[in-house]
Amino acid sequence: MQSEFFTNLRCRECGRLYPKEAVHVCEWDFGPLEAVYDYEAIRQQISRDRIESRPPTMWRYREFLPLDGEPTVGTQVGFTPLVRADRLAKALGVREAYVKNDTVNYPTLSFKDRVVAVSLSRAKEMGFTVVACASTGNLANSVAANAASVGLESYVLIPSDLEASKVLGSLVYGSRVIGIRGPYDKVNRLCSEIAGKYQWAFVNVNLRPYYAEGSKTMGFEIAEQLGWRLPSHTVIPMASGSLLTKIAKSYQELIVTNLVEKTPFAIHGAQATGCNPISEAFRKGTDLVQPVPKPQTIAKSLAIGTPADGYYAIQTMRKSGGAAEDASDAEILAGIQLLAETAGIFAETAGGVTVACARKLIASGKIPEDASVVLCITGHGLKTAEALSGVLASPRVIDPSLREFDRLVSSDLGQASLPETVAP
Amino acid sequence: MIFNQRKENKTMSEVSAEQTIPVRIPTPLRGLTGNKDQVSARGETIGELLKDLQAQFPGIGERLFDQTGALRRFVAVYVNGEDIRFLKDQETPVGPEDEVSIVPAVAGG
Repeated sequence: MQSEFFTNLRCRECGRLYPKEAVHVCEWDFGPLEAVYDYEAIRQQISRDRIESRPPTMWRYREFLPLDGEPTVGTQVGFTPLVRADRLAKALGVREAYVKNDTVNYPTLSFKDRVVAVSLSRAKEMGFTVVACASTGNLANSVAANAASVGLESYVLIPSDLEASKVLGSLVYGSRVIGIRGPYDKVNRLCSEIAGKYQWAFVNVNLRPYYAEGSKTMGFEIAEQLGWRLPSHTVIPMASGSLLTKIAKSYQELIVTNLVEKTPFAIHGAQATGCNPISEAFRKGTDLVQPVPKPQTIAKSLAIGTPADGYYAIQTMRKSGGAAEDASDAEILAGIQLLAETAGIFAETAGGVTVACARKLIASGKIPEDASVVLCITGHGLKTAEALSGVLASPRVIDPSLREFDRLVSSDLGQASLPETVAP
Repeated sequence: MIFNQRKENKTMSEVSAEQTIPVRIPTPLRGLTGNKDQVSARGETIGELLKDLQAQFPGIGERLFDQTGALRRFVAVYVNGEDIRFLKDQETPVGPEDEVSIVPAVAGG
């Protein structure tokens, strides 16, 4: 079966077309290959009503995804809540804020389930039996879980110093978890070499053109959940920069297929100061991304020193009128707490980065205070719980005594706050 | 002292000029290397090594370098797993004991 919408792969640099195979690099100039669609055909087939009639998963936008047949892996992924967060907006000093809450994505509590659903479905279409990835943790969790659910063998390669929860969250599914000594960029380089030797589906190497498209569904959902309109400001965390470029692509695709009105949308990028090659290049006004040899940040899921899509992320931010920011470890922790205390959402360190950078973008006027902003929160806080050790106060422990409890409440809220004792 | 150092350097270069260095070739370039995933090249620096590759496998140069002679944006070269941008770029010295890899830089994330 062939898709009537997904036609080719194409080099982003020179535009050469390639067949829809397990290939990610242009032979001519090493440029990245990207999925190409027949938007005219999609426009004729699709409508808001049609999409709304489908189940609430990322696959309601399947005309825009690079498969030939029906999805077979991760069929329940996506359509996470878009939460209106008024208390967060007030704290950030902006008129209106929404949280796109991928901390509750199914099944592994991060946006990576989206890209894995697409890439493993494609891997099965192509007949692969072993799937693999280079990961900072979330992707490893998702490949391990989704592969297990359909009986694919999986190898996940991660830096050996990841958070305990992220390692456990891959091992439990029976995946072959390989820790590599060194930062993520070395894991990535090794995986590129392995992918050139073994006939495996490396989701973010030889299947990257398919994989990356899954991120668009986060953008489609945001627009639909806003009532079929584009947000004027979106803040997105950047590791490789792929998510940011794909959310921008999703907004463009909704415009060209007449699903939303063409309105301006600024795309802003967020990094950790300890690994900020993209935001640093943006600030300097160049598109030459200077790699960071030794990333040092608690936001390990964003610690990519040589970001594959850094160049395109910078172009996207500039062209859309967005900006880039970065946040220190202390600001990241404060961001996690602010989101939890004002919106009731517990995000991993990357979410802290997004909140902290949104705050800075608003404070500097790059996001005007009368604007409406969407924050993309990409992973659950329990995955990086150790980052908060020593930050939060311990619970106070008392005897099971009402008198002790009264004493505790009066020290918190004052004597006057105690309920009056009812006379017998 | 200075004289000795010079002498040592000269000896080193004589050795490396005679010996070949293994270079790992990524899939997109294997059409130019007769489908070999590893080839041998000569040179004392990465720049010289890549020029020798071009001499042996015509066409490989225009894949690796842009019109200004700089390595293309998405080409990464590693010596013993270390990105040459963190070493001395094309001036990075190499010897027969080193492992050199050319890797497309559009993976991961």
